[in-house]
Amino acid sequence: MSASILGLWNYWAVIVLMMTGLYIVTARDNLVKKVMGLNIFQVSVIMFYVSMAKVRGGTAPILVEGEETVLYSNPLPHVLMLTAIVVGVATTALALALVVRIQEAYGTVEEDELVRIDDDDG
Amino acid sequence: MKQPRLLREEVILRVVSKALVPLILLFALYVQFHGDFGPGGGFQAGVIFAAGMILYGLIFGLANLQRVWPPRRVELGIGLGVMLYAGVGVATMVRGGRFLAYGALDPHHPVHGQHLGILLVELGVGITVASTLIAIFYALGRVPPEPRG
Amino acid sequence: MSEHLPILQVVVPLLAGPLCLLLRHRLLVRGLATAVPLACLTIAGLLLHRVQQVGAISYHIGGWAPPLGIEYRIDLANAYVMVIVSAIAAVVMPFLPGHMGSAMVRRREHLFYAIFLLALAGLLGISATGDMFNAFVFLEIASLASYSLVALGRHRRALVAAYSYLIIGTIGGTFFLLGIGLMYQMTGTLNMVDLAHRLPEPMSPGTPGSRTVLVAFAFLAVGLSIKLAVFPLHQWLPRAYAHAPSAVSAFLAATSTKVSYYLLVRVVFSLFGAAYVFDALKLDRLLLPLSIVAMFAGSTAAIFQTDLKRLLAYSSVAQIGYMTLGVSLASVTGLTGGLVHLFNHALMKGGLFLAAACYGMRLRSSRIADLAGAGRLMPWTTAAFVTGGLALIGVPGTAGFVSKWYLVLAALEQGRWLVAVLVVASSLLAVAYVWRVVEVAYFADRDAGAHPIKEVPPLLLVPTWILIGATVYFGLRTELTAGVAEAAAGVLWESLR
Repeated sequence: MSASILGLWNYWAVIVLMMTGLYIVTARDNLVKKVMGLNIFQVSVIMFYVSMAKVRGGTAPILVEGEETVLYSNPLPHVLMLTAIVVGVATTALALALVVRIQEAYGTVEEDELVRIDDDDG
Repeated sequence: MKQPRLLREEVILRVVSKALVPLILLFALYVQFHGDFGPGGGFQAGVIFAAGMILYGLIFGLANLQRVWPPRRVELGIGLGVMLYAGVGVATMVRGGRFLAYGALDPHHPVHGQHLGILLVELGVGITVASTLIAIFYALGRVPPEPRG
Repeated sequence: MSEHLPILQVVVPLLAGPLCLLLRHRLLVRGLATAVPLACLTIAGLLLHRVQQVGAISYHIGGWAPPLGIEYRIDLANAYVMVIVSAIAAVVMPFLPGHMGSAMVRRREHLFYAIFLLALAGLLGISATGDMFNAFVFLEIASLASYSLVALGRHRRALVAAYSYLIIGTIGGTFFLLGIGLMYQMTGTLNMVDLAHRLPEPMSPGTPGSRTVLVAFAFLAVGLSIKLAVFPLHQWLPRAYAHAPSAVSAFLAATSTKVSYYLLVRVVFSLFGAAYVFDALKLDRLLLPLSIVAMFAGSTAAIFQTDLKRLLAYSSVAQIGYMTLGVSLASVTGLTGGLVHLFNHALMKGGLFLAAACYGMRLRSSRIADLAGAGRLMPWTTAAFVTGGLALIGVPGTAGFVSKWYLVLAALEQGRWLVAVLVVASSLLAVAYVWRVVEVAYFADRDAGAHPIKEVPPLLLVPTWILIGATVYFGLRTELTAGVAEAAAGVLWESLR
């Protein structure tokens, strides 16, 4: 039992990262920190895909002349994650741009203060 | 914009980055066009290119960078890259293949068509990625406009 | 060119977006942005027509055959969704330039249209694709574009609403991605048809991998439920729709949740199959109560709103409850009800939000109290709102009646009398919130000091009435929507196996 738990250590790492990210998103009031939490959350999924693709002893899937049989890791998840990273960058950029605008409009990026200002507005 | 001016006064930063920026850009081009034969490709190249530009912007100031890459030209680059990518797809359709079936670009030598197709598509990706990242840098580093309520 | 229709459906708006950046000229951009949704509608109509004749169409991108290559697979269900999405985009278009209040948008109009067309491309892409990862990418394109559109609202609260929409939407999207990863781990494929074949049959708990498939399903279902705003995950929706520009609310309310619903239904019925989801997992035991709570909680919350757009947004939460009720009844009739309601609700809520946009343009406010006297001064807009409201209630002769009829029918089919009674009872709550608006608009007098208002120009009235007229038309001629929805439900039910 303990062997299988330790043998799946990559999943534990993913779970820890994911929960850390989700916790930061929900527990922090600072909007920038929330974005950081969101990033950690997304990275956990990227780690999951990449670790899933690993073949023990496998290398990069590049054809080398002379060597016909190369044992290589599954390249597809890597390619997928390249796309997911792009999505993550776009999300982060948009989130930060919104934070900049919120700072300009409200003068703060703390969620509790934003709620208070909006409540005062009625 | 106080910080860039301070960075510009640092001699080491200025000299090192002045030497590094051309190398970074050259490396970006290498990754871009060698992607056909080895690891590399438009996305990575675009990121490296933008990184070089952003380094320049950080050290020498946003205004100087915007003289090289006016925001409007960056915006055009974003559109142009996607158009190039999708344009290849449309060209393959016009030539009778499926969308992005590069082989159709050169009916006599499908392999040539594939080379040409992937080169153009990756170029499109590179242009768009580099422009987008520079645009993000501009958007987050801009001087705040009038507040609104 | 007709063989390329599936890809053109997505590529046309996807190309038009960046083209807006290159054109920049206001008239050219507006012309392009008006033409593209119409072109999409034509393509979607042709596709629907062809699918009705020859069955599912498969398009191999780059000439690579599935399951290795990316496949666009059009069948009745997604052709039906694409028709709705493009039609709503085409109708909403005249509202976009004039209504967007802020000067920033008017100065950089081409950027706005580029984002709008990207959102359209994303929504159509989700519907057209037959590849799960491709669906994720389009889901995020559509979502990112929606976040930026919401942020363009006039009040600064739109920024906060867009931010929280972004956070929760990204969590939903990432869950969806994780679900895809787990499925890929079990099957080694991303193609929907191939997945449907390879996902292990409904299994007993001992089978290897059964738990991974279960977790994959859980992540996919929860991720999509967030994007769809299923009841306890709906908090982002009222805020986003209330603060977005009204025309954007009309577009998103009528399309974005509908496409998420389609994808959820596709995953539940086509990939995993009703046997697994309902017989083995008993999802209906969870989804049915949630749907009913959504119907009542959404409508009740709508009654107590003071803001017109927020009222409509809470009503959307309730209407999404009706759509998921159709799923949870786990029968072809129920699914037909859900799909018909998808179409009808798109028309009704689109029309109602456009009416709200008309009010917003003249009254410069979306508070219900400010509607006083609008019934007399803006007769056409108010008449549109009332007709749309009647459809929302489900009065016979309107589209809303048809979908509720199917839902009641599906409930009675299974002998669930209580569910049928609750569907009817929750419609009575809709009477209450529609009446609140009608009462103020027709029976309250406008303050003498308030600024004068008059009817909006025909350019805005015509699109509103196209949608509102359609709710009446499809309420009377049910064979068009219900017929296609029933066939589509059959296609989805059979799954892709």
